[in-house]
Amino acid sequence: MNAPHTAPATVFPHRHLLGIEGLQPPEIELLLDRAEEALAVSRRVEKKTATLRGRTQINLFFESSTRTQSSFELAGKRLGADVMNMAVATSAVKKGETLIDTAMTLNAMRPDILVVRHQAAGAAELLSQKVTCSVINAGDGAHEHPTQALLDALTIRLRKGRIAGLVVAICGDVLHSRVARSNILLLSALGARIRVVGPSTLLPLGIDRLGVKVHNDMRAGLTDADIVMMLRLQRERMTGNDVPSVREYYRYFGLDEAKLAVAAPDALVMHPGPMNRGVEIDSAVADGARSLISEQVEIGVAVRMAVLEALAAHLPDD
Amino acid sequence: MNGLSGGSDTPAPLILRNARIVDPSCGRDETGAVVVADRRIVAVGPDAEAVARTPDAQAIDCAGAVVAPGLIDMRVFVGEPGAEHRETLATAGDAAVAGGVTTIVTMPDTDPVIDDIALVDFVTRRARDETRVRVLPTAAITRSLEGRELTEIGLMREAGAVAFTDGRRTITDAGLMRRALTYCRDFDALLMHHTADPNLVGDGVMNEGETATRLGLPGIPREAEIVVLERDMRLVALTGGRYHAAQISCAESLDVIRRAKDRGLPVTCGASINHLTLNEGDIGSYRTFLKMSPPLRNETDRLAMVAGLGDGTVDVLVSSHDPQDVETKRHPFAEAADGAVGLETLLAAGLRLVHDGSVDLPTLLRALTSRPADILGLDVGRLTPGAPADLIVFDPDAPWVCAAETLKSRSKNTPFEGARFQGVVQHVVVAGARLATYADESVTA
Repeated sequence: MNAPHTAPATVFPHRHLLGIEGLQPPEIELLLDRAEEALAVSRRVEKKTATLRGRTQINLFFESSTRTQSSFELAGKRLGADVMNMAVATSAVKKGETLIDTAMTLNAMRPDILVVRHQAAGAAELLSQKVTCSVINAGDGAHEHPTQALLDALTIRLRKGRIAGLVVAICGDVLHSRVARSNILLLSALGARIRVVGPSTLLPLGIDRLGVKVHNDMRAGLTDADIVMMLRLQRERMTGNDVPSVREYYRYFGLDEAKLAVAAPDALVMHPGPMNRGVEIDSAVADGARSLISEQVEIGVAVRMAVLEALAAHLPDD
Repeated sequence: MNGLSGGSDTPAPLILRNARIVDPSCGRDETGAVVVADRRIVAVGPDAEAVARTPDAQAIDCAGAVVAPGLIDMRVFVGEPGAEHRETLATAGDAAVAGGVTTIVTMPDTDPVIDDIALVDFVTRRARDETRVRVLPTAAITRSLEGRELTEIGLMREAGAVAFTDGRRTITDAGLMRRALTYCRDFDALLMHHTADPNLVGDGVMNEGETATRLGLPGIPREAEIVVLERDMRLVALTGGRYHAAQISCAESLDVIRRAKDRGLPVTCGASINHLTLNEGDIGSYRTFLKMSPPLRNETDRLAMVAGLGDGTVDVLVSSHDPQDVETKRHPFAEAADGAVGLETLLAAGLRLVHDGSVDLPTLLRALTSRPADILGLDVGRLTPGAPADLIVFDPDAPWVCAAETLKSRSKNTPFEGARFQGVVQHVVVAGARLATYADESVTA
């Protein structure tokens, strides 16, 4: 199916998936290979397997999310797990219950896998120390979003055949982006050359120490890039906080055909969604032939199936 | 309850012999004895026992251990009144004794805020009844710590407030700061200030830089501290008010203080022992007990702070003892409260700097005894005949491991959990009375 990799891993050795940091390249490749298999399953008419039959997966989302939560839900269901969605943003936490209390309550219901999204960096790791089940980080503050980086990597690998040596430009609000951090870690681990592109007010101090090249000029940042990865700009940051206005941001950092023209001729465009059309990306680009945005969503389910399966291998059997 | 209020139960005279006597107030570092009688130090030195004849004295053989003035901790947060579940004056006092601290200076950030003479009086009375160490309250500079209206600085100074500070808060209004310094000068009152510009801090939760970026946490730039400090130096020059920077944390702040001192401004500064013995790397994977304000900086800053202690730029070391419990600390890092307990580890952590050769013992003790005494105008903090007999005996080499559950403090949020220390307090004497210590319970055996 795939070209053989050097030193292939056969077992994913971790009980939790909290971030890309701490994963070895062969472990990443293993997840990508498994995800590719899951993708084939997802394209069949009969999409359901029994890998997780009898297992309980709880999606604990402290921040609302449509796409990531439904992607995890579908992935769990395709593997035969019982999936429960908890939207905590509107319930117990408002009554003063702490993250850990909520988690302990759920843990007492004996789930096998907890998928957690929380607005605070480190939340998933904190939970993993307190509960007995496996924990998957579905996004913690501006820290990590490992399954997004995995799905981005697989999307690139399927289209380009490789990751090593590619020039990847990550553009926009890197400061607040967990997607950017996980992608920087993962894609550099697999040998890509990473640039971050954005206004300095949206780039964290010390980002250059993560082994990336920093560009404040979109044209310079996109020149000869193989992959252009756009990040979402939160609405509240567009009006004078980090950038003065939407139109100024779009003028300098919005991806349109003209800016894309300096990238490599076969450059591909990605976006983790949800998109702000006319803010960070022009509709013509988002819907154009070079856009991988729909593929990313499809591959997302497969990647999450692979991750669930890999962690399930560590769950105790009776 | 303690021996501080006088009365008829004057403790028996005491002889501490065979000790290494270290008193930075007079540069003494020699072997000899300290004789205590009638709550005061009577004689110090190799011939102390010959000078002061006290036949009914209780004698303690220190076996070469260090005798030093009791430590003075200029920055202690207590939960009383308002948050007694975190710390009471009684438990803070027990923690102080365990750490060899005989005088604590309490912060006004309580509920209610200490911004009125009745409340200064309340703290003083409660402390007298509940604790065995000296408790010196500070009072707020502005009512309710709101940074708007000045408090009754003159009246509260008379009532016993040793300094004025808005505690954890920074006064952002430069005009108000000018008036506060000017008014304090008229009463020779000391103004202590925590310098952290809230706008530059923003939603930051740790030192800005690579580590924060890796952890995905919003950073606090050093400039949040430096900008306010530089502004304050200008205002001190303008007003002549006595100013103490409560805790500085980085190399450039030291430069600001050095320049101010060179100009002859009435400026001193403190630093927490955390910032001299820990750095941002110790936060590891989001350890909330290491979340504090100012944030732990990087190793370059830590080394600069240690050098600042060595050359006297850092006048005093504090524990910045700040009890927090599960309810405020058991959260994701960004959502957890700032602060760490430290009364019990202040000396032991400080001795790390002696053991690794960064500073000598008298330099360390100066910042914990005579300098804070000078700044606050206290007669304790020295081992000179006639001074109140507040002193400690400690073995600077004895090893122990810090375990949160054995701490006397009601809150267990120590950043030194599991740390290996050298330096055990064996005896604590306040106003001539011996108090029980860890050593008596052989917790550290």
